[in-house]
Amino acid sequence: MLLLTCPYCGVSAEETEFHGGGEAHLKRHADGSSDDAFTAYLFERKNPKGIVFERWRHVYGCGKWFHAARCAVTLEVFGTYSAQTLKPPKSIITSIKAKRPDWEEIS
Amino acid sequence: MSFRLPNAGCLIDRSNPVSFTFNGKPVQGYKGDTLASALMAADQRMLGRSFKYHRPRGLVASGGEEPNALMNMGEGARFEPNQRATTTEVFDGLTARSQNHWPSLNFDIGALNNRLARFFPAGFYYKTFMKPQWAWKHLFEPIIRNSAGLGQVPTERDVDRYEYFYAYTDILIIGGGVAGLEAALESGRSGAKVLLLEQSPHFGGRFMVDDIEVDGRDGPAHIAHLLAEIAKLPNVTLRARTQGAGVFDHGYALGYERLTDHAPAATPRHRLWRIRAKRIITATGALERTLNFAGNDIPGVMLASAVRDYIRLYGVTSGARTVVVTNNDDAYRTALTLYAAGLEVPAIIDARPNGGGEMSDQARALGIRIETGHGVAKVIGKKHVTAVEVCLQSGTGGAVESIACDCVAISGGFSPVVHLWSHCGGKLNWDEENAMFSPDPSRPPTDQNGEGFVLAAGTASGALGTNACISTAVTAAHQAADEVGRSIKEEAAPRLTQTPDETPMAPIWTMPAQAPYKLRSKTWLDFQNDVKVSDVQLAAREGYESVEHTKRYTTLGMATDQGKLSNINGLAVLAGALDAEIPQVGTTTFRPPYTPISLGSIAGEASGPLFKPTRKTAIDGWHKSHGAIFEPVADWRRAYAYIQAGETTQDAITREILATRGAVGLFDASTLGKIIVKGPDAGKFLDLLYTNMMSTLKPGKCRYGLMCNENGFLMDDGVVARLDEDTFLCHTTTGGSDRIHAHMEEWLQTEWWDLEVFTANLTEQFTQIVVAGPNARKVLEALGGTDVSREALPFMGFIDGKLAGIQARIFRISFSGELSYEIAVPASQGLLLWNLLLQAGADFGIAPYGTEALHVMRGEKGFVVVGDESDGTVTPHDLGMSWAVSKKKEDFIGKRGMQRSFLMAAGRKQLVGLRTLSDTEKLPESAHAVEGGKAIGHVTSTYFSPTLGHPIAMALINGGQSRMGEVLDFPVGSKVHKARVVDLVFYDKEGAQQDV
Ligand SMILES: [Zn+2]
Repeated sequence: MLLLTCPYCGVSAEETEFHGGGEAHLKRHADGSSDDAFTAYLFERKNPKGIVFERWRHVYGCGKWFHAARCAVTLEVFGTYSAQTLKPPKSIITSIKAKRPDWEEIS
Repeated sequence: MSFRLPNAGCLIDRSNPVSFTFNGKPVQGYKGDTLASALMAADQRMLGRSFKYHRPRGLVASGGEEPNALMNMGEGARFEPNQRATTTEVFDGLTARSQNHWPSLNFDIGALNNRLARFFPAGFYYKTFMKPQWAWKHLFEPIIRNSAGLGQVPTERDVDRYEYFYAYTDILIIGGGVAGLEAALESGRSGAKVLLLEQSPHFGGRFMVDDIEVDGRDGPAHIAHLLAEIAKLPNVTLRARTQGAGVFDHGYALGYERLTDHAPAATPRHRLWRIRAKRIITATGALERTLNFAGNDIPGVMLASAVRDYIRLYGVTSGARTVVVTNNDDAYRTALTLYAAGLEVPAIIDARPNGGGEMSDQARALGIRIETGHGVAKVIGKKHVTAVEVCLQSGTGGAVESIACDCVAISGGFSPVVHLWSHCGGKLNWDEENAMFSPDPSRPPTDQNGEGFVLAAGTASGALGTNACISTAVTAAHQAADEVGRSIKEEAAPRLTQTPDETPMAPIWTMPAQAPYKLRSKTWLDFQNDVKVSDVQLAAREGYESVEHTKRYTTLGMATDQGKLSNINGLAVLAGALDAEIPQVGTTTFRPPYTPISLGSIAGEASGPLFKPTRKTAIDGWHKSHGAIFEPVADWRRAYAYIQAGETTQDAITREILATRGAVGLFDASTLGKIIVKGPDAGKFLDLLYTNMMSTLKPGKCRYGLMCNENGFLMDDGVVARLDEDTFLCHTTTGGSDRIHAHMEEWLQTEWWDLEVFTANLTEQFTQIVVAGPNARKVLEALGGTDVSREALPFMGFIDGKLAGIQARIFRISFSGELSYEIAVPASQGLLLWNLLLQAGADFGIAPYGTEALHVMRGEKGFVVVGDESDGTVTPHDLGMSWAVSKKKEDFIGKRGMQRSFLMAAGRKQLVGLRTLSDTEKLPESAHAVEGGKAIGHVTSTYFSPTLGHPIAMALINGGQSRMGEVLDFPVGSKVHKARVVDLVFYDKEGAQQDV
């Protein structure tokens, strides 16, 4: 059971206080998008063996959605950050690179 | 024979006898005895029969690793199967029964399997029962179910209580032997908060048994010293009878405390500790391994360390004449202990060509015969050991001598208990010298900071000698204290220990080395699941190279003991058969819990009414006292119908519908979700959320709306009211209130965060009461306070005003098809308004109605219910509701999804009405329509309509809209129901009744 820190209210809490929301930074495809782009948006996920960017909601706390950068293998958490961003902030990338110099973000 | 010794036994209190029963017979033990030691004292050597071959089985071990001595424990509502005799403390009134035999332990029909062993090879389930197919269900399975299986399944509801306990600590130490206690004392001195869990009732582990000297104190005295020192530290908590059951992500751990199993009391029986620790030290010790020779499962063959435990801890011996068989020096301790207790040791059989070290010299000096380079070819005896046949270890088992004995103490070396280290990903190294896997400190489980959070200490770390055991514990304590920010200033003086020099063990995986099939097929690896050396070798020959596959195929290590004794031996035999190295074969995965924990402890207090809270409306008490029967809807309970004296449920539903359609009905709709959406962009947001247009709604008006997910499938529906320019009130389904509120927040926070909108879920703040029927207006007028005429409050409008002095919001919306008002008042006024409406309505024939009457009436009107007519794969178009899907809006959730080709294709299921050809036969729920042998759709709702006097139904049928007038078959069992496809709306298609 993971420990995560909500970047909004600052509470570090048990995983049971949060609700997972899958992969972060998906680009929404709406009216006018191609079948492939729309299908990818709905169903295709990266699921790397390594660093993942995830959506979480502090559902039994402040109710805010946020993002977490985490290693799915070692369970290390590199940081949590606002969900209101299109890509991980620089500080998160820096803290990942500090520990995993060879890591490359999957686009 | 096994018996109680005249003295010895540091855990038992001979002045305190305890009486219990085994298989109905009275047995006496002492306080402090385990069930195992007390039965041993009573010379009860056979304690059960094995799973597959029903072979007689006795004790092998003295702790949680015991594979054989499993008992049906307790009676009635406290009955529990598969309880280990070795971890059960006796108390007055305990009842235990042995398992897996019929009709009795001594005479067992199933033992025939043993004679047929040749026909039960590895994977026999897969091989034997393949064909014919019918035979599995009707022949093989019933026979296997009757004769196999361990304990019985309890038949009564558990009457005991269980609870959770949450603990937060700097350092958690698992294991209360010398390593755990040294680590607790050392880390405790740093000021860190320390919690230590010990699974058994007493502390000290092997120090209570083995002759060890530390700082001039013997083992038990040193343990007493450590406990006394720890008692001075208020920051250190020790907990006995509490198993460290599992280690999980980020320092989470589970402890399993048994509070009353040894002494029945009114407190909770088990307590599940849910622990967060910054660092965890596993000081879980090591388990001795068995030796693999023929007949090693016959009662009387035991682990050498266990033989010693029973003498020293409980003052009982498993035999009067014990042969010791070993591949290492530790077993010599057992020989010396037996000798010191005045018991006969006819021989020590040491498989190593050159034998052992200092302790072997001691044994020789006492006159004990030692045969080096020898092994056991086989054990003689049926229900217990009578002799061993000794042979050369290097040979094929030609016996050189038969030695009479009643006990065989065996030691195949030790395996560190690495389970808790491994649960959360700690990796292992193969230690060649000691032939064991031990934790690799460079590859520990990691926490949220990427740092190792588990440290192994003592023998659990692979440090087998006493010196190393203590020093690794101290080192782990220092490291853990450092890492939790509490460094230890004063170095404690190193312990001075006195232990004999030992000679390295020799890995011996089969005894003798060249044992032929005849011997290997009688050599047990896994006692509980009856897996033999020959089975694992057969699996290897049949191509099973992966240890995980071999485990499943042979069932090695799959029983309730999870192979605690058999794993390494099994791996070694598999490696040998594959001609591979043991570390290349690897281990199977260690999964929590360490030993089985009760389901009650996992449930904790969440059982019965506490399993899930029930949400009740403000009027619930009235419903209950007026004959309501309830149905669960989401977490709510709702009145289904109000049964009056002499009525059946159907009578009540019929009466409620006729009263509503004929006069006026009253309905508690408080469970509907009520979400306020407010802000300058509220209209824009709702346009994105609903499939139809909401921003054009005028203040004071209501509009019915649909919500879809991105797939384009219907997820909720309800009436939206615009309270003012910036404020909307969105009604959701009963099950949807929390879900839809979360859905709104998710889109607002994660996709359209530029919109200036706030939401608030006010579901529980309001009571909502429906007054429906031709007399509805008269009832409201009788209460007075607000003009509710057609002109002042037209259909699909709402008004804020007072009713009988209560501030209310009155909506003109209808789910019944009648003239209908929905009145929302603060929840605190809900019951008052309900009673006032009943009083005012008495002259107008008012009757409360329940959810079933509501459903029938909406069915008559052809209104859909999300979750009945929709199932997560249905679009608004499928339901004939294209009118509610905007073509003008550029975007809304689900718009693109609905345009996918398969959702646009012809022939999809469409919602239609069904009229049965019979006027009395209702269509069964969920019945399938069948055409040409193929299912073409299913019934979604089916009712008897008292208004119309015949059954009605709705169904999703392939291309349903183009089948109007067709008669479809609905075969259920041997009967075929027939119904005609008709329009959805059965009652008042023009809507004249509701718009008056
Ligand atoms: Zn928060």
